[in-house]
Amino acid sequence: MVYFPTDMEEQIAVIDEGKAMAAPSKEMLLDWYRQMVLIREFEETCHQLYEEKRITGVYLHLYSGHEASGVGSMAALRKTDHVITAYRDHGIALILGMDPKAVMAEMMGKKTGSSGGKGGSMHLASKDHNFWGGYAIVGGHLPLAAGIALEARYRGKDDVTMTYVGDGATNNGYFHESLNMSAIWDLPVLWIIENNGYGMGTEVERASGQIELHRKAEAYGIKSFGRVDAQNALEVYAVASKAVEYARSNGPAVIEHVTYRYRGHGVSDKQYDARDDMSAELREWVKTREPIKILRDCIESQYGDVSEILAKHKEDARKIVAESVAYAEASELPSSYDDLLSNTYVASELVYKTDQSVGAGID
Amino acid sequence: MAARNVAMREAIRRALREEMRRDENVFIMGEEVAHWQGTHRVTRGFLEEFGERRVRDTPISEMAIGGLAVGAAMAGLRPVAEFMTINFAFLALDAIANHAAKVRYFFDGMFKAPLVYRAASGWGNQATASHSHAPEPIFAHFPGIYVGCPSNSLDAYGMLKASIRDDNPVLFTESIALYPKPSPMPDDLNDDYLIPIGKGDIKREGADVSLVAYARGVDWALQAARQLARDDIEAEVVDLRWLRPLDMELVYNSFKKTNRCVIVEESLPMYSFGGEIAANLQEHMFDYMDAPIKRVAAEDVPLPYSKDIELLALPNARKVVDAVKEIL
Repeated sequence: MVYFPTDMEEQIAVIDEGKAMAAPSKEMLLDWYRQMVLIREFEETCHQLYEEKRITGVYLHLYSGHEASGVGSMAALRKTDHVITAYRDHGIALILGMDPKAVMAEMMGKKTGSSGGKGGSMHLASKDHNFWGGYAIVGGHLPLAAGIALEARYRGKDDVTMTYVGDGATNNGYFHESLNMSAIWDLPVLWIIENNGYGMGTEVERASGQIELHRKAEAYGIKSFGRVDAQNALEVYAVASKAVEYARSNGPAVIEHVTYRYRGHGVSDKQYDARDDMSAELREWVKTREPIKILRDCIESQYGDVSEILAKHKEDARKIVAESVAYAEASELPSSYDDLLSNTYVASELVYKTDQSVGAGID
Repeated sequence: MAARNVAMREAIRRALREEMRRDENVFIMGEEVAHWQGTHRVTRGFLEEFGERRVRDTPISEMAIGGLAVGAAMAGLRPVAEFMTINFAFLALDAIANHAAKVRYFFDGMFKAPLVYRAASGWGNQATASHSHAPEPIFAHFPGIYVGCPSNSLDAYGMLKASIRDDNPVLFTESIALYPKPSPMPDDLNDDYLIPIGKGDIKREGADVSLVAYARGVDWALQAARQLARDDIEAEVVDLRWLRPLDMELVYNSFKKTNRCVIVEESLPMYSFGGEIAANLQEHMFDYMDAPIKRVAAEDVPLPYSKDIELLALPNARKVVDAVKEIL
């Protein structure tokens, strides 16, 4: 059985009706293409490096297949907005503009990595890009998202916290508690459920009583913007733009992105090799719903032959990623006790003005 | 020095109120902290003074309370998140151990999480097994967070203030048994009276045996010391105050003088505070040791409802006195 929601066409038609967004410009579309080919090149390179044992570690969750989900939705944000996600975070980091060199160095556990080699694949972040991180416990980042949004609400700012959450996390307590809190406190969070059909190896239908995952948010009185074909960056952008503005002015909102993972749950996932039905399903998605091809077709149908620009973006991506690999491999590994122990705590800046004799004479 | 007896809950309330007045970024959230005025009445009057923006009732959602505090702190606020009792903080253990304690480390210092989890802790009052825990050592297991457990009003005041002002996450436990207990606080106490994080305190001096304790254990140790004094045994009571960082130097200095030690704690005995102190002593103070190290802790059993067997399970001054006499 090929996983693709049967009511997708109907859902998308409903979204189309209410859509009145300014269409993205040619420059925007070309830039989305640039981002998507960079992510794909980065992720496929990571996969290869893992196979060659040049990236070690047991966890490496690739964003290949998901590109339009992140690219289309984050295009709706402004600079002061916030982004937080789970462990499938490489693509999110690159879209936000993190340096691929620092990201690749983190994959290899190097000192020059964005987290100094302490976080690895699942813990990318950048304060400069308002990227609050990738988190490794399923659902664990969801209350953090609510807390980041609370800061905006507390100080009267209208910045939105865009929060990516996998389909599997919609079954755990963090999801339900965090969505409910965001509702009662009117927190400006846009919850984006990236539904790629599987929580690790378990199909959504076997894990969730409600398989239209965005409808879970309705239980908490949260505005749902429905399901989106997240292989199509334009569809993603159109809905995200409305939802971001809704969250900015009103409070929490949810969108369900229907997408697919090309490299399994993580790189150690061999289900696609072991099961014929899964590899057939993967081939079907790649053939019919490939996000980079969908975007390319869309650009060409509107603007004619832009193949030179697209080829340049692909070539640049190859160069950037190759440079990031060279940089990472040449970088130093953390190796000392100081490297190990540093940044466990903030060095206290508290000045204890206390007169230690206070209280000494009393019993 | 002029002093006045103040219940620990009043001292905690005063510290919280002063810190909220001092710093606009400090806010409190938790179950029943606002309209109900606090389950333990610590936040009585707060809603009226600070309003709903800074005194926030939450739903019964410990996972979200635990994690939301982390996000808000990373973003620049200074949340004080109250768990109605520490038993409920088990539901938030992932947020505490995996997120509060680790966000600084796994992003290599990019973020800080200056938050305080407050939790009422302790056994007794026929609260029954699932509401009867003093599990501070569980939380102190994790590097990246501090754990503070005051034993009297003045300590609670100075320790909570330091916890709120420090840039690291702190789990701060408040012994339910000590909430109503009055102890002296000086009249001219400065608003900036802070007790340094990780600094323990000698609560009573003595040369014959070191009674090492924290929170309610200090109370039992002091009672035992008074009883022992009638037999001319002078016990030194060492109050660690913080389980992390742990002021072992203070314990070593006392032990060098007394050469004997009884560890007193309200927590369960296995994989415990007592085990940690004893292990450090045997490793670093072997040459000073004149007797086996004794531990007085709760019995290794879930707490029952019925009064007499509940009391059997708890530590008390008598058990401490008996332990001391076994090693003298």
